[in-house]
Amino acid sequence: MRLLIRNGRAIDPATGLDAKRDVLIDGASIVAIEPRIECPDARVLEAEGQIVAPGFVDIHVHLREPGIEHAETIESGSRAAAAGGFTSVCCMPNTFPVNDSAQVTSFIVERARRTAAVHIHPIGAISKGSKGERLADIGAMHAEGAVAISDDGIPVMNSGLMRRAMKYAASFGITVIDHCEDLNLSCGGDIHEGIQSMRLGLGGLPSCAEDVMVARDIILAADTGARIHIAHISTASSIAMVRHAKSLGIPVTSEVTPHHFALTDERIPGYDSNFKMKPPLRTQRDIDASIEGLADGTIDCIATDHAPHTGHTKMQEFERCPFGVTGLETALGLALENLYHTGTMDLPRLVQLFTNAASDCLGLDHGRLRPGREADVTLFSTEREWTFSVNNTLSKSRNSPFDGTEFRGGPTATIVSGEVVWTAEEGLVKR
Amino acid sequence: MLERLAPDLHSIGPNPRNLLGIEDLQRPEIEHLLERGRFYKAVRRTEKLTTLRGRSIVNLFFEPSTRTRTSFEIAAKRLGADTISISALGTSLAKGESLVDTLNTLAAMNPDIIVMRHAASGAPHFLSRYLSTAMINAGDGLHEHPTQALLDALTILEVKGSLVGLRVAIIGDIAHSRVARSNLHLLSKFGADIVVCGPATTVSRNLTRLGPGIRLTHQMREAVRDADVIMMLRVQLERQNVEVFPKGEYFRYYGLSLEHVGLAKPDAIVLHPGPINRGREISSEVADSQRSMILSQVENGVAIRMAVLEWVCEE
Repeated sequence: MRLLIRNGRAIDPATGLDAKRDVLIDGASIVAIEPRIECPDARVLEAEGQIVAPGFVDIHVHLREPGIEHAETIESGSRAAAAGGFTSVCCMPNTFPVNDSAQVTSFIVERARRTAAVHIHPIGAISKGSKGERLADIGAMHAEGAVAISDDGIPVMNSGLMRRAMKYAASFGITVIDHCEDLNLSCGGDIHEGIQSMRLGLGGLPSCAEDVMVARDIILAADTGARIHIAHISTASSIAMVRHAKSLGIPVTSEVTPHHFALTDERIPGYDSNFKMKPPLRTQRDIDASIEGLADGTIDCIATDHAPHTGHTKMQEFERCPFGVTGLETALGLALENLYHTGTMDLPRLVQLFTNAASDCLGLDHGRLRPGREADVTLFSTEREWTFSVNNTLSKSRNSPFDGTEFRGGPTATIVSGEVVWTAEEGLVKR
Repeated sequence: MLERLAPDLHSIGPNPRNLLGIEDLQRPEIEHLLERGRFYKAVRRTEKLTTLRGRSIVNLFFEPSTRTRTSFEIAAKRLGADTISISALGTSLAKGESLVDTLNTLAAMNPDIIVMRHAASGAPHFLSRYLSTAMINAGDGLHEHPTQALLDALTILEVKGSLVGLRVAIIGDIAHSRVARSNLHLLSKFGADIVVCGPATTVSRNLTRLGPGIRLTHQMREAVRDADVIMMLRVQLERQNVEVFPKGEYFRYYGLSLEHVGLAKPDAIVLHPGPINRGREISSEVADSQRSMILSQVENGVAIRMAVLEWVCEE
């Protein structure tokens, strides 16, 4: 089965390709990328006016399986990923049970093989049960397919354990991802500590709770030489510290979520829990720093932190609602709106943030558009006008702050291992 | 395609008039409420009114309350309304029902007004999105306590005549006080000159951004000097997740004594929302002095709540 993507603007940030090209796929592989390809027996996907990019990679999602399947499953989450243009996602270990063992890792890999629309890479826990006490079976999880380790929402407070985890993970060549939050500084907080938390009478999550841990992690990376990846960076100070660390050659990388560069705490409508997440929405100054960081490479990639929660858990008193918002389907639209249409960056850089740069943070073999590579391809338009509605989401959950948002530009087709799994016109194609 | 079962819960019925906070009110609305409060205070207590005859009011208190609940009940009864008071302990929330479901159930019985107190900031705001019944906020978490600010304003105005340029010191654990927030909004809207005072762990710079005319100090003497009004707050240890001051020495630095009252203007008055903790934030001598308006506040509370009940029922 051959597929010819014709007349698109092909962008491969890894090689610097940015030109009108036809892309020929045979089976699961890209076989040719040429100015003009004739292949009469191939199925043709017309991409005139669209961008043909390497398949997008999201290194930070929550798929809730096993254990919280009423909020999301590997199947539903992977479909939402496909609808967002993502061909590979990495899922965090905060499931029930926690992915802290080879058994849970292999369960996720097996479920993904049977039900997922895109490639799924599990992230294992740093500590047993993410309790921050003893190291999880990092080597065994890695052997079953875990691509990194993290205690994500329940971060390791014990710096000694963190240091050992970084050293140990380095011996398997995998990266430690840290959700930087000093739990003693953030305790009881609901939104960013500032004028809004004061106005609304909600507990504050101060910027310093993130900054203290980013500083610690940079110091530990310098000390151990092991790689650390800062998840969902959100403060101007943390971004400045990462920039400085990179200038010193310390092996640190970072990601930012679309909601953190699109919204401030002042945009939270009265106690709407679809705007409640960690780290919290911060200030315009922090947004400006994020966008600057994305442009100059301090921030390596965009990741969604897609965090589905059921309606009933989000429809409570604000302080009782869980943290997190969905994000897979709105990520590209938000990036185009806030980074490209504003003139801040060109398309090759924007594509890079979703593809090879994201992949490289964890040393994955994704994010390249090149003959001989796996045929994971994302087609998108910078102009297509569409409106996101939680009534049409492919996620099982509806907790998005962007319900009703009108977008200019978004994915048009998602191809995973040579198979068209989703198109803007037809929706989910693969069963 | 997944089947969508979640109902569209928005905009059920006509939008009722709510009183959720002082921040959302315009000055003329506040002036109207104060004027009606003054009117009801002047009405002879023995007279039973018919303003809200046939109306039913549910008082739903998810936190302990004596004065606010009693005050709302008396206000409703004087206006001729039927009232039902429910405290959280006896409700189906104890059986695991969500707050939205409990309120929807009550709303289905068609009361005219729900008066609610809840420990979570924003609980009435969140519920009002799903309810077509008028709602009055009788205190939500750390956020607002609008009828308290209105009755405080009425009390001050009875003595001082105007709020413009009035020096008001608000002293105590500001960050954890819904009374302070509502008062800051009201006093700021009316041009008062406000000093908030407490240890830096409870008084942050962000407070000055709530409105114009708000200053900070951590020194009690500075706060009370030349004040026209001294507003004390109750120390609410139950609202602090973590200790924000060592409670043993609180009175020494932030408790109101006669000496402090001496630094204020000669005709200065002292307010406290109650219940008072004698010897913790206020000395007995001050609480029982002529300067203390505490009982006058309680009396005005009934009048203001009559005004508020009437207002939310207006077409």
